[in-house]
Amino acid sequence: MAANLIESIVKILFIFSVNIGFFSPILGWVERKQSALMQDRVGANRADVCGFTLIGLFHPIADAIKVLTKEDFIPEGADRLFHTIAPFISLTPAIITFAVIPFGGQYELFGHHVNLIIADLDVGILFVFAFASLASFGSVLAGWSSNNNWSFLGGLRASAQMLSYEVVMGLNIIGVIMVYGTLRLSQIGAMQADFFNWGIFLQPVGFVLFFTCAIAENKRAPFDVAEAESELVAGYFTEYSGMKFVMFWMGEFLEIVTIGALVTTMFFGAWHLPFVSDQMLLNYFRFAGPNGAASLAIVVNIITFFSKVIFFIWLQMTIRWTLPRFRYDQVMRLGWKMFLPIALINIFITGVVILAK
Amino acid sequence: MSDSAKDLHSEYMVINMGPSHPVTHGTVKFLLTLEGETIIDMKVDIGFLHRGFEKMCENGTWEQVMPYTDRLNYVSPLINNVGYALAVEKLVGIDVPERCKYIRVIASELSRISDHYTNIAAGAMEVGGFTAFLYFVEARELVWDLIEMLCGARVTSNYVRIGGVKSDLPDGFKDKTRDVFKKCRKLWADVNKLLTKNRIFIDRVRNVGIMPPDEAIAWGFTGPCLRACGIPYDVRKFHPYLVYDQMDFEVPVGEKGDNFDRYLVRMEEINQSMRIVEQALEKIPSGPINVNMPEYRWQSKEDISTRIESLIFHFKTVTEGIKPPPGEIYSAVEGANGELGFYLVSDGSGKPYKCRVRPPCFPLTAAMPKMVKGGFIADIVPTFDMINMIGGECDR
Repeated sequence: MAANLIESIVKILFIFSVNIGFFSPILGWVERKQSALMQDRVGANRADVCGFTLIGLFHPIADAIKVLTKEDFIPEGADRLFHTIAPFISLTPAIITFAVIPFGGQYELFGHHVNLIIADLDVGILFVFAFASLASFGSVLAGWSSNNNWSFLGGLRASAQMLSYEVVMGLNIIGVIMVYGTLRLSQIGAMQADFFNWGIFLQPVGFVLFFTCAIAENKRAPFDVAEAESELVAGYFTEYSGMKFVMFWMGEFLEIVTIGALVTTMFFGAWHLPFVSDQMLLNYFRFAGPNGAASLAIVVNIITFFSKVIFFIWLQMTIRWTLPRFRYDQVMRLGWKMFLPIALINIFITGVVILAK
Repeated sequence: MSDSAKDLHSEYMVINMGPSHPVTHGTVKFLLTLEGETIIDMKVDIGFLHRGFEKMCENGTWEQVMPYTDRLNYVSPLINNVGYALAVEKLVGIDVPERCKYIRVIASELSRISDHYTNIAAGAMEVGGFTAFLYFVEARELVWDLIEMLCGARVTSNYVRIGGVKSDLPDGFKDKTRDVFKKCRKLWADVNKLLTKNRIFIDRVRNVGIMPPDEAIAWGFTGPCLRACGIPYDVRKFHPYLVYDQMDFEVPVGEKGDNFDRYLVRMEEINQSMRIVEQALEKIPSGPINVNMPEYRWQSKEDISTRIESLIFHFKTVTEGIKPPPGEIYSAVEGANGELGFYLVSDGSGKPYKCRVRPPCFPLTAAMPKMVKGGFIADIVPTFDMINMIGGECDR
């Protein structure tokens, strides 16, 4: 019992520190530096400690100090309660969804069964969707409670967009569920030990659609119509400042990580290296004894998993800095008139192939 | 629509877009009436950058107007300089030396290039293409280096003088131009790849802000926006000034008059302007850069220091200003946005009696409601960018 508790706490702390402590501050820096690299600029490089700038790595800290000391502004006529809780509603799902995403296999360590996932729910994927759709409340409430017409328009756009793309995303997942026959993300991961069993080979269309829809769900360019700064000033978070504004921002960045993790788990072999199963890893590391082998395998799993996640973060950033923004009606048309039929056809074909086997 | 939906109370949303709004840049206000996202009505409110240019001109000598013209279309100030100088010269009857004409053509075309760069870059950024924006800003930076080399300033050039130019082309200008154009062509190709065939960008700009050719003329469109409608009107071709009639260049025209055509016309004009600059640098003759009319254009510093007549003329023109004969004149040049006209009235004194500017973007801004009504809020963005309203020029 105690061992289970320790295991859970260690995993939670690990994921928390990786997400909140590493990804969310570092992604702000990555976004600046990567866009700078793509655009022939230098990027953030001014914040320094005793003259050392560390290629701009102090900027996240400087930013944190700045936002913490900023005035927390609530506009006149705003709904104070909803204006305050909206950023929390936006941020929380982004943190929670990571609980059901496996970042490694299952091993015996000191006679204790270790499963590298915080909560191995049998409805894993549905849990992700349940919480991801909660995030749309954050945007809508933020837009509505700000008592600002631009925010209101942004909130309306956000709600319509997120709901539409959730439908398509859900339909894409059905293809994956049909192929692997389970909703449990750890099992989906485990079934991809064989390289040719990766989701990208079994569900190539599903991957493209899911990835696109996930970016749309996250409201990042080219789907950032809800905050479209040239049209709606800043959309639903126009009236936010300081830490509350940063919570929307963190929510967005954490969702980038979550999208990367979900895509990795469902389509890119989760924690597996190509052609290397967990058992093979244990065999390689036999020299370290059973516990050492398991520990090393865990480390390799985690590194593999997060490397893939980082690749997808890079990809999302590249897309964001390359493409212009859709128009609102074009986003909706794309979702309902193109992605939805393709997703349905994808399900149909998947079904036919499974039946034919 | 179901019956219950009909009974629901609904009203239009009236919203101020600007002047403090990312797309209006503090220079204009749109009062929008919206039904959801659709624009039912739009009222344009200009004048936020009104500085009384025309009134200021009446209080300075004819030469002192020159720096004010920099601040008209501040993205292509050299064209304004040239336009004003040509108008005054027409009033007086000055024919500047051949070399000066070539230098003015080079200066104008460099300005036009930088203006189109700025316009397309800003247009791309405001529909979300931030990378294309920075590529063209880099290209503009390179062109501005050339302009800086030419006249010592990057934005407020104040380079052209009545009856000449401030200084001759600097040494190495031709080689530097060749280098810069080489880099600019590469950046142009990059942006072309990022935008011209980008489905998202095309969807945003095609069939948006359409203006039929007859109505465009009725509204008073000129420049790239008129040419996008398919009408090849270009002051440089129709009423050649300086040495444009000796240059080999084409006037690109669009088909539909939508924002995509405006974008394509500008992209091609960048290339054509580069051609003009290259030809002018090849053909430029040697000789004086200032007209030899001491009562209108200062003699050289050496003459002023050594010859009494030059000194007197210098003193008279500086203290009292040059004195064109009484009369009125309208003279137009092809600005980056269209026909930039100067209507000058002289009463024979050292100051303009009236200096009226025909800003090319005023009719374009006036036609904004016509172009976006019935569209979406998002359509305002590319339409407003592609008409390239410059506050300084529109409001004066």
